[in-house]
Amino acid sequence: MTSLHTVTAEVGGAAHAAPPRRRARRWTALAFLTPLIVYLLAFYAYPLYRNIDLSVHDYTPRAFVQGDPEFTGLDNYLDILSDDAFLDALGNTALFTLGSIAVQYALGLALAVFFHRSFPLSAVLRAMFLVPWLLPLIVSASTWSWMLNSENGIVNAALQAFGIGQINWLTSPDTSLLAVTVANIWLGVPFNLVILYAGLQNIPADLYEAAGLDGANAWQRFRRITFPLLRPVSAITLLLGLIYTLKVVDIIWIMTRGGPADASTTLAIWSYREAFGTGQPDFSPAAAVGNLLILIAFVAGLVHVRLQRREETA
Amino acid sequence: MNRPSMSTRTTVFGTAVLALSTLTACASAPQDASGSGTATASAAGAYTWWDPYPQHDAGSAWAERVGSCGQQAGVTIQRTAYDTTALTNQALLAGQEGNAPDVILLDNPAVSTLADAGMLSAMSDFGLDASRFDKNLIAAGELDGKTYGIPIGANTLALYYNKKILDEAGVDPASIKDWASLTAALKKVKAAGKKPITFAGIGTEEGSFQFLPWLWGAGAQLTQLDSPQAAEALELWNSWLKDGLAPNSVIGNSQNTSWEEFLTGEFAFGENGTWQINSAAKAGFPTGIVQIPAKDGGAAPTPTGGEFITVPVQKDTKRYDATKKILECMTTPEGLVETGTTFAYYIPSTAEGQEAILAKEPTLQPWVEAVRTAKGRTSDNLGTDYPKISEAMWTGVQKALSGAASPADALKEAQAQAKQATGD
Repeated sequence: MTSLHTVTAEVGGAAHAAPPRRRARRWTALAFLTPLIVYLLAFYAYPLYRNIDLSVHDYTPRAFVQGDPEFTGLDNYLDILSDDAFLDALGNTALFTLGSIAVQYALGLALAVFFHRSFPLSAVLRAMFLVPWLLPLIVSASTWSWMLNSENGIVNAALQAFGIGQINWLTSPDTSLLAVTVANIWLGVPFNLVILYAGLQNIPADLYEAAGLDGANAWQRFRRITFPLLRPVSAITLLLGLIYTLKVVDIIWIMTRGGPADASTTLAIWSYREAFGTGQPDFSPAAAVGNLLILIAFVAGLVHVRLQRREETA
Repeated sequence: MNRPSMSTRTTVFGTAVLALSTLTACASAPQDASGSGTATASAAGAYTWWDPYPQHDAGSAWAERVGSCGQQAGVTIQRTAYDTTALTNQALLAGQEGNAPDVILLDNPAVSTLADAGMLSAMSDFGLDASRFDKNLIAAGELDGKTYGIPIGANTLALYYNKKILDEAGVDPASIKDWASLTAALKKVKAAGKKPITFAGIGTEEGSFQFLPWLWGAGAQLTQLDSPQAAEALELWNSWLKDGLAPNSVIGNSQNTSWEEFLTGEFAFGENGTWQINSAAKAGFPTGIVQIPAKDGGAAPTPTGGEFITVPVQKDTKRYDATKKILECMTTPEGLVETGTTFAYYIPSTAEGQEAILAKEPTLQPWVEAVRTAKGRTSDNLGTDYPKISEAMWTGVQKALSGAASPADALKEAQAQAKQATGD
């Protein structure tokens, strides 16, 4: 009897102090969360930690194998920042990234507005603009480098037809960065087109109708309706474009190897070359350059969040 | 009240068990497999073999050759092929994890890098005699007086020529004895309306590889990139570009691209390697080769290419017995000839092997000579410094050819960069 009493008392007490249901729910939540947390730790936190670890040690191939790298603190970063190549690479990165996203965005927006007015075959045409996205990068980058070949490229052949002499697109330090930027713009337009087109779909049609009744012309409608209402979508497009473009390695690597003589070397190419591009891997400086890139992208993300918050409060 | 909570609890428990069991399943699956399969196989003698020849698949003559050497040693060989640069990185990772394969065929500049990392066992450690290999070839496998790898064959560079174009332009290939006569020949070709020469000046190891015969042929050393001789070598290349004797595309050409240019039949000369012998024979025009001339005559030392067979350090030293047999099988004179012909073409790395392949293929004579005068890139005890010097050098070459700097200035910068990178 007494035991039964205590049991009921306990059950009642437990129900009062901390509802088992809620506690159970917390455990359920945790159980569902675990795979995600494990995934994040294994595939995000650890690589990031490892990258930082690589960058503050001196990992020569020997140290890499033996596991006894010398701790060098911020020396790798200082070496990179004081390297003559750093400012060049930073400048190239800025030109490549900003040039790419500005033109990609402008072209993407123009095309999105163009396709927004549905016309016969517009869907087919729009689909064809996605081709650059579907091609494997090795294919499109190789095609670009053939097209821009100094001697036998189709671009120079076309220019020669107009009496313009040979331009060494990929092999002159004056034009190689421009050449890879153009190729990258071509690659990035579909992404901008798709996102901005989706953004346009969300602008209510009656706004345009009302503006039309008020006598607004096409430019005014774009300027006063489309552009302002597209601002949040534009911001995220530009931010994603920035992050994607900062870390572009493949297209530049395939087309110029960052050359001639570092003329198209961006920070990402520099990092890749240190780690994998020479006969002897230099993981530590490569990781340091990589971390600087992450930092730049992170700052851009912060600015975006800041701007967004200000817009929301305003 | 009780029931739902019970059921949630069961769900939680169930999920946890499920998650755990999948985790353990994941973790144990390979172990199970190795417990029943691979482990017994390795007890019966499964040896791992890595090489940089993904173009030779499991059914190829090369794979068969590797397999038969394993059989002779009484083991089965599991062969994995990687791309050349990926192979070095994979090897470093495997070394770090302590599960390196039994045998790696390494591109020769990588040998000193991995040897310096303490990953490779020296040939003397398991009693393999390295003295019968050509001194100039095996030098690339030596570090601090020990030999860490032996060449399974060697390739090097020469100038292929298009006989049809030379005949039309009235150039006798035998007249090419030094730089002056070569440039004269190129000018003759240009006057005849054909393209004179193509090579690979790409900003990678290939660019350095192609520039070395000219650098060494001028009497310059890798340790002194800013010497007047080195500047002369770069000035030669530079003048070819300026005078339209070589196309501007050489700045971005890999050796393959440059070879494709030569195969178009529009070029009189192409600087390329032993590995194109078969392709040259199949070209739509008659071809031949001349040795790359040194500045003042004679053959320039060309860099050796080709893979070294190396043996990563194993915890279980008993494995070396079979490994030694595999290495011996790969490097007998007949073995070297077989590798040479399988690979279209690799020149054997011993005098005996060279005689044997010449008996079989007398046309290889100029290539055998080129290999005999060739020089390892990591020789002169450069070892692990070579990759850093090489990077500085190809950057300098690119700067000069693209017009970003004069040859002398580009090499001055290159020397400073190399000095900084090697820490001298």
